Amino acid sequence: MRNMAVLFCGIFFALAFSFTGLIVTGNIQLGAFEPSTEALVPSDQDPSVMVMPEGDTLYPLKLSGIAEQGKKVYIGLGCLYCHSQQVRRQGFGADIERGWGPRQTVARDYVRQDRVLLGTIRTGPDLAHVGGRYAGDAGRDWNHLHLYNPQIVSKGSTMPPFAFLYNKQEIINEPSPNALVFPPNSEYAPESGYEIVPSRRAEALVEYLLSLKIDYSLPEAPIPE
Amino acid sequence: MSDTSQLISPSSNPYSSEHASVRAELSEIDASIRTASVFFVVSAIGWLMIGTVFALMAAFKAHQPDFLGAYDFLTFGRVRSAHLNAMALGWGNNIIFAVGLWIMARLCRSPIQHKGLLLIAGVFWNIGLTVGIVGILRGDMTSVEWLEIPQYATPMLVVAYALIAVWGIMAFRFRKGEHVYVSQWYILAGLFWFPWLYVVAQAVIIWFPARGVVQSVANWWFAHNVLGLWLTPMALATAYYLIPKVLGRPIYSYYLSVLGFWALAIFYNWAGVHHLIGGPIPVWLISAGIVASIMMVIPVIVVAINHHMTVVGLHREVWRSPTLRFIVFGAISYTLVSLIGSTMALRSVSEVTHFTHFTIGHAHHGVYAFFTMIMFGGVYYMMPRLLKREWPSAGLIKLHFWGCALGITVMVVALQTGGWIQGMEMNNPEIPFLEVVQNTIPWLKARSVSGIFLTVGHIAFAVNFFWMLFAAGAVRAKQEPTLLTREGGVA
Repeated sequence: MRNMAVLFCGIFFALAFSFTGLIVTGNIQLGAFEPSTEALVPSDQDPSVMVMPEGDTLYPLKLSGIAEQGKKVYIGLGCLYCHSQQVRRQGFGADIERGWGPRQTVARDYVRQDRVLLGTIRTGPDLAHVGGRYAGDAGRDWNHLHLYNPQIVSKGSTMPPFAFLYNKQEIINEPSPNALVFPPNSEYAPESGYEIVPSRRAEALVEYLLSLKIDYSLPEAPIPE
Repeated sequence: MSDTSQLISPSSNPYSSEHASVRAELSEIDASIRTASVFFVVSAIGWLMIGTVFALMAAFKAHQPDFLGAYDFLTFGRVRSAHLNAMALGWGNNIIFAVGLWIMARLCRSPIQHKGLLLIAGVFWNIGLTVGIVGILRGDMTSVEWLEIPQYATPMLVVAYALIAVWGIMAFRFRKGEHVYVSQWYILAGLFWFPWLYVVAQAVIIWFPARGVVQSVANWWFAHNVLGLWLTPMALATAYYLIPKVLGRPIYSYYLSVLGFWALAIFYNWAGVHHLIGGPIPVWLISAGIVASIMMVIPVIVVAINHHMTVVGLHREVWRSPTLRFIVFGAISYTLVSLIGSTMALRSVSEVTHFTHFTIGHAHHGVYAFFTMIMFGGVYYMMPRLLKREWPSAGLIKLHFWGCALGITVMVVALQTGGWIQGMEMNNPEIPFLEVVQNTIPWLKARSVSGIFLTVGHIAFAVNFFWMLFAAGAVRAKQEPTLLTREGGVA
């Protein structure tokens, strides 16, 4: 190899090739994606053009403030290193059969996220729809017990306990409204006279988990009937 | 020594000349980089030990979830990220700065001019990394794979990197001689590719987040290329430099080395998207990544033939030399891991292996069995030249080799067998998820055992290294090269 210009150009263009192909082109294709209504309707002016109906909700929804804080907790604890947030299509893997989501996730599902947490490993189950699987107050209670010590509700799990997100305190007068409610005779319950209450980080993290829901259709990914 | 000496003929390679004047020139180059290289090796070994401790913690936690579970700074997600960054940017980059720059300076026949600046930049690299790893443990990590270092530490890493890499480029700029050897292409390209990847990935993911899953594409473009366009070229450069050097036999084919280099340069950098197979990104991007992953068979086979034909018939010499025992293990692993990697990129295989421990096994197969083993070999060759003294103990080198060789083999087999089973079970919705998790535990325990083997190897390496560095008189007086079998030969 004597021709240095060829070597330099080759080294440069080799990486410029994939940089353009994957990053620049990817950004051209997806960089302007916006939230959408669940379905499109023909336009009044020109029926061959599909438009979003006026007044319909745009999906994906924005996270609430506390859920956004919870996402920071999720990021800071490294939940991503055991949990993905993506549902593969019907027929590729068993994501939908396992109930990890009612439909596959698509690029538009992630357009509101400043930090996309697709994840590449499922030491634990996928969480794209965890807020749909454990919803409401029951879901909140389940998540708190599960975070405090996964063995309480999920015996044999290899998920670490996140008890450091909870405080043990003496019950003064009557129990706090947000104290964890353990199953009867649970070996993980505190001794009598004490209670376990979530810290702000735990509250935020659980609100974030409850917000993870694929309960809406998108024009390119409708939930099957 | 007599029965092999005819093999060590003065080759056409000017850099392995028998002439005293050439050796004097190399000696001068070695002296110019000695302080910096020794600093980088010491840092690399320090990070290797720290990374090993984090690795053991993470491995135990995987089957013993309440182990050290009471502290948020030691939770699994943080410890495994501290492990990855200590190994990749602490061990990997420091050892590349040590061995890669040294090979570059030697092949360019160009001493490092401002060795003081190189050393200072090296100190800053390690300070930046320390800040980053402490940040990860504090909970400031980004949760972007391979880019976990918090935002406040990365600018320092970029500046320090630039001030280190520039000396490799300068050595190349002021090289002597007409010929540019294949190792120089790889090192030059790697020194140039890594900062490009790092800065772009930092920009579009952390500093100015791109829209949605464009971040994920950038993430895997970066993360796969850290291996493909940074660790791989540096390890191949080391193998290409040291195999002929130790055996005294030129590389088998110049043309194959050209083909191998360009095929790697063109195909590898598209391959990373295969980490997103089945994910929410355009299918054409994934297909492009799969095609590139399969095309990687070309450079891999080409390099395998080239290396194999160079060592063929000299297997006893390979086994005797500490350098080559490690490097040939690494070179064989490169072929294996790359072919497995190409297979994993097929959709039907990825459907099973994606999201499982199979991928973790694969990552260690590449970064450890290939890259790290070759770099160990590089250190075994470089240190006696820099310090002008021999390795104190052949026994410790053997312990290092066997600890690492057995350890990484057990780890890869355990994680890939367990990962395959995990993937098959996960794709069968009849099997409850908790049962899938439970069935991985024996394999994860085997991984922890393999970690103990690796730890023993690393301790043997560190003890031998520091024994040599702070040598007692007996080590300094040692005249013969430290070899691993009794017959004569070259080290």
